[in-house]
Amino acid sequence: MSMTRHAEPAVGTPPAPGRKESDGRTTQRPLALRLLARPEVGVFLGAVAVYVFFLISAPPVREGSAMANILYQSSTIGIMALPVALLMIGGEFDLSAGVAVIASALTASMLSYQLTMNVWVGVVVALLVSLGIGFFNGWMVVRTGLPSFLITLGTFLILQGVNLAVTKLVTTNVATDDISNMDGFGQAKKIFASSFEVGGVQVKITIVYWLVFAALATWVLLRTRYGNWIFAVGGNKESARAVGVPVTFTKISLFMLVGFGAWFVGMHQLFTFNTVQSGEGVGQELIYISAAVIGGCLLTGGAGSAIGPVFGAFMFGMVQQGIVYAGWNPDWFKAFLGVMLLGAVLINLWVSRTATRR
Amino acid sequence: MTSSNHSGAHGAVIADTVAEGADDGAIVELRGAGKSYGNIRALHGVSLTVRPGRVTCVLGDNGAGKSTLIKIVSGLHQHTEGEFLVDGLPVRFSTPREALDKGIATVYQDLATVPLMPVWRNFFLGSEMTKGSGPLRRLDIGRMKKTADEELRNMGIVLDDLEQPIGTLSGGQRQCVAIARAVYFGARVLILDEPTAALGVKQSGVVLKYIAAARDRGLGVIFITHNPHHAYMVGDHFSVLRLGTMELTASRDRVSLEELTNHMAGGAELAALKHELSQVRGVDVDLLPEEKDLTAPVAAPGEGKS
Repeated sequence: MSMTRHAEPAVGTPPAPGRKESDGRTTQRPLALRLLARPEVGVFLGAVAVYVFFLISAPPVREGSAMANILYQSSTIGIMALPVALLMIGGEFDLSAGVAVIASALTASMLSYQLTMNVWVGVVVALLVSLGIGFFNGWMVVRTGLPSFLITLGTFLILQGVNLAVTKLVTTNVATDDISNMDGFGQAKKIFASSFEVGGVQVKITIVYWLVFAALATWVLLRTRYGNWIFAVGGNKESARAVGVPVTFTKISLFMLVGFGAWFVGMHQLFTFNTVQSGEGVGQELIYISAAVIGGCLLTGGAGSAIGPVFGAFMFGMVQQGIVYAGWNPDWFKAFLGVMLLGAVLINLWVSRTATRR
Repeated sequence: MTSSNHSGAHGAVIADTVAEGADDGAIVELRGAGKSYGNIRALHGVSLTVRPGRVTCVLGDNGAGKSTLIKIVSGLHQHTEGEFLVDGLPVRFSTPREALDKGIATVYQDLATVPLMPVWRNFFLGSEMTKGSGPLRRLDIGRMKKTADEELRNMGIVLDDLEQPIGTLSGGQRQCVAIARAVYFGARVLILDEPTAALGVKQSGVVLKYIAAARDRGLGVIFITHNPHHAYMVGDHFSVLRLGTMELTASRDRVSLEELTNHMAGGAELAALKHELSQVRGVDVDLLPEEKDLTAPVAAPGEGKS
């Protein structure tokens, strides 16, 4: 107030530098409230609740092998949910993520089989194709400034059609031929689709990849410049550009990261089943996006974590397998997902409103 | 330096002695600069000097050409007439990055902050400190937090928690963080685009304090505002823009707040401002000139306000 009352200008009045005490206007909220305000904690509690629910209602879930199964199911969702979540934090999303998985698997499978080459050739080409799809999505979004919803809806439809049409054209069938006799198959299977034994339980290797990728993504998000840029381009693109963040690079590379994830999951499917159904993958993109949203990633970008989607994917895997173990009709899965999604979003909203109120 | 004087149509250009010896330490200087967008002349014959440790205020009503002026200096647009000198050398910036490299930093109205990110991350956004190398290159969080805290304290900003999202700060505090950031990253000239426009009285006071602090640290400040009261509190030199030309350019000892307000308000609105003015200056309202006294030197009759 004093500034505005005096006739003399504020010339030569330094603003009392070096004051060390706090300004005393903020008080620490209780630890429990601060924790609850974090969406990862919310989804963790949700995951625990779902787990307990199935522990009670589906006794087979209590066995170790069932847990391994549930985690495996979660990992196939979770590996893709991670890059999808990072992209969402970066302010975009990718509707083509589901069919891109199949596109990648089809590329590797058909290329190797039709040209009778080592499967590794197909694997590498599939990686390039997947990164290319990601680059195309990202480049189109950045260049046109159109919402990524529209661009990737286009890619989604294109890939869905191309997957089916090209597969029918090449194999005269809707599925690709079995590649399990090809050179290098065993080697690739070891990397993408093997399992190992822990205490008498077969554990799929994707679970390990899932957790390693999650740890890596967390580190990148919170501890690297690139992670800083992801939050910035999602939070306020124009501001980020104004302070020198390479917005174009960040966005395109995020789309390419989703491409990488699609390739990885695609390879897993190919080397697990030896053959690929060309019509699959439709609708999976929404599962990935839901897992990210339940995990606390903001649909509008700028906030989220990598650990949240891990719990989100676990919830989905738990429900998907839990319904089977409980002996219910698997058709209930999607309905369950919808209820969980709405529930999680509402709880997150309520919690963040109560917990952030001072 | 005389190009400003031919804008005599608006009258009352006060001779400017400070700007005469143009080269003594001026960081940024405009000489008769102007900008045309096609056949629209947005700015014409503007001369401006920015010296270290001095606050140059640019005042003007909406549409007076203030934005065009800062866009030229900050490198977003290029001037189409006159000269633009930095450190005495003519320049023509094609990107804001070039202006930044010369030490000219602009704090825009939207502040270029990301609301959901913590204060310290915003402070270093785009110029993060790292440690380690190769794939292990990572943010040096400890050092960044410490530096941000020190820099903010040097500017007199004390925040309890640098982890709080910058969006939870008040408009004035955010403005101050943006200023502190520009100062830390080596700005020699700070362009502030209407920093007090959206703020309340007290908040504006806080921002004015930091403008003074930046000046005391030896920065040249260009303070864009349409509030003569704010300008007069920290300004060393005042330029009033009106319809794209300089209506007045004067150093502090040559112009009073009344005159400044008069030029800004165009006389007619001044009567309404009398009440406000008396509070700020602490003078008797009766001593202020009446509306009829003020209209005479400002503009030709019938011109109206912009």
